Amino acid sequence: MPIAHTPTAVPVVVDEAKCIADKGCTVCVDVCPLDVLRISDLTGKAYMKYDECWYCMPCETDCPTGAVTVNIPYLLR
Amino acid sequence: MDEIKSGLTEVVCDILVIGGGTAGPMAAYKAKRHSPGARVVLLEKANVKRSGAIAMGMDGLNNAVVPGYATPEQYTKEITIANDGICDQAPVYKYASRCFEIIQELDGFGIKFQKNENGDFDVKKVHHLGSYVLPMPNGDTVKKALYRQLRREKVLISNRYMATRLLTGRDGQIAGAIAVNTRSAEFLVLRAKTVILCAGAAGRLGLPQSGYLWGTYENATNSGDGYAMAYHAGAALANLECYQINPLIKDYNGPACAYVAGPFGAYTTNSEGNRFIECDYWSGQMMQEFYNELQSGKGPVFLKLNHLHSDTIGKIEAVLHQVERPSRGRFHENRGTNYRERMIEMHISEIGFCSGHSASGVYVDEFAHTTVPGLYAAGDMASVPHNYMLGAFTNGAVAGEHAAEVAANIDLADYDAADVDREQQRVLAATRREDGIPPNQLEYKTRRFVNDYLQPPKVTAKMKLGQARFAEIREDMESAMVVRDAHELMRSLEAASILDCAEMAAFASLFRTESRWGLYHHRVEYPEKNDDDWFCHSVLRKRDGRMTAEKRPVAPYIVPIDESERAAYDRQRIRQHA
Repeated sequence: MPIAHTPTAVPVVVDEAKCIADKGCTVCVDVCPLDVLRISDLTGKAYMKYDECWYCMPCETDCPTGAVTVNIPYLLR
Repeated sequence: MDEIKSGLTEVVCDILVIGGGTAGPMAAYKAKRHSPGARVVLLEKANVKRSGAIAMGMDGLNNAVVPGYATPEQYTKEITIANDGICDQAPVYKYASRCFEIIQELDGFGIKFQKNENGDFDVKKVHHLGSYVLPMPNGDTVKKALYRQLRREKVLISNRYMATRLLTGRDGQIAGAIAVNTRSAEFLVLRAKTVILCAGAAGRLGLPQSGYLWGTYENATNSGDGYAMAYHAGAALANLECYQINPLIKDYNGPACAYVAGPFGAYTTNSEGNRFIECDYWSGQMMQEFYNELQSGKGPVFLKLNHLHSDTIGKIEAVLHQVERPSRGRFHENRGTNYRERMIEMHISEIGFCSGHSASGVYVDEFAHTTVPGLYAAGDMASVPHNYMLGAFTNGAVAGEHAAEVAANIDLADYDAADVDREQQRVLAATRREDGIPPNQLEYKTRRFVNDYLQPPKVTAKMKLGQARFAEIREDMESAMVVRDAHELMRSLEAASILDCAEMAAFASLFRTESRWGLYHHRVEYPEKNDDDWFCHSVLRKRDGRMTAEKRPVAPYIVPIDESERAAYDRQRIRQHA
């Protein structure tokens, strides 16, 4: 049973120009209750790795530079 | 991060608290205050700073028993009636007697409660009989305030560790727990003299109508792990058939929220804009009327605010769009629904277990003690009914103090090393497969069948089909589930908790052959309440590896309920006027 990757539009978006994860910040990754954010090895910026969002907003509220925006997941919109 | 590593560390403490949401931090804080020299460990699957049902905060207390507005006797009576009489009053009375002291303590932490012009607490009426609702103007600061206290008391916090099973000693005494790191899969064995379970609701049980696994009413992290762990440790679980089902904003699946908007003059209506229920307080009887209206030609159901002054609505928005579920404003913005212009469509939530709103929980006495020696439970997963956030704080405090006192006088129990080996094998089995079914598909299928077969109105033949489907999913989970990283490993363990809870929900619902608690346990073939045979708790537990159920008498009432008062919650529907 090979495993496929199904595309989804993720609710949490990060403004890479504002994100300072490449300078060592991990606030959004630390506070997410569902642990769905990661820092990209490629860009050094935060991104949503797992589409498992409760749209609760600690990542956006606690981000020190205002780089994170939580949208309502498309299925609920 | 996320790659699976091997590792096993043993940690020894006096008191172990599992779950860092609401009850857990208060339990750990009180345990440490009681025994400053004790080692108190607070274990959390996420991060204590932002975890649990109040990750973002809370907009008010729904059950504050404030002197001058209500008495512990009145509150105990109201909750007993709201639960159709199936209520051990001792823990409810204890909560009601202590919660004001906890409010004052939280106030001292910097969490402010609304006061009127005289400086008194500004309590509102939302319940059917008494007044218990107290707004929290800076309710977004709750978690930060708690975290400060935990740091000050030097509670040992372990974030990103998910407890998977409890450990017991030879005589059945609690011995600790096994946990796994959610980012590395390394194991931790925590030995403890007493353990307090505060792992929250089973909120990821039913599937929301949106089909999005994470779009639940409860914080989606609350996957019923505490219920599953208590079950496997042999603890009794009470009245699990008394599901949590809530009236919510459709699709957004957050509270409407009558407790916030009601005191300003908002209310629930049918599509004609008419009221159909007397009282917006969340009870099973109210939910039955809500369900009936949804199914009738007068559905769907709405929250009506558009008769209120624009400034009043502004005040309501300032709470609803900023505190408990702040993304709600965005939802309405996308939909173009302004409270000033139109009514807001509502719907009913997926089913779950949560004593915070109903009564389904691990059985506890007035000391928050479960039926396993040394094991406590508090908050949404313990059996004290309708206990909301303030109940989690207060009963967390009760648990913390009692567990600390007991721990001071006993030794660590020895656990069996073979139990740890067996648990490691269970947890890691899916990581050793190259190919198979991922946890999200097993979870989706379980939860879809929960909707198809378990949600009320409950039908025997359907619930039995549900049990057969769950057994098939369990076989797949044990023989074919595949996990590729530590994050998926956490999801696989949650999927197992969800499946355990689904099986418990079916079993408990089949056991009670009557209808009770309105919609929560509406059995089509047994439509009446049957006090002769079923005025009792139903208690589910694992005996010799099998699920069993039995009746347990309701403890004699401390606060008597007059015959004429018993049916107060049955009269929810507005009477027709000629």
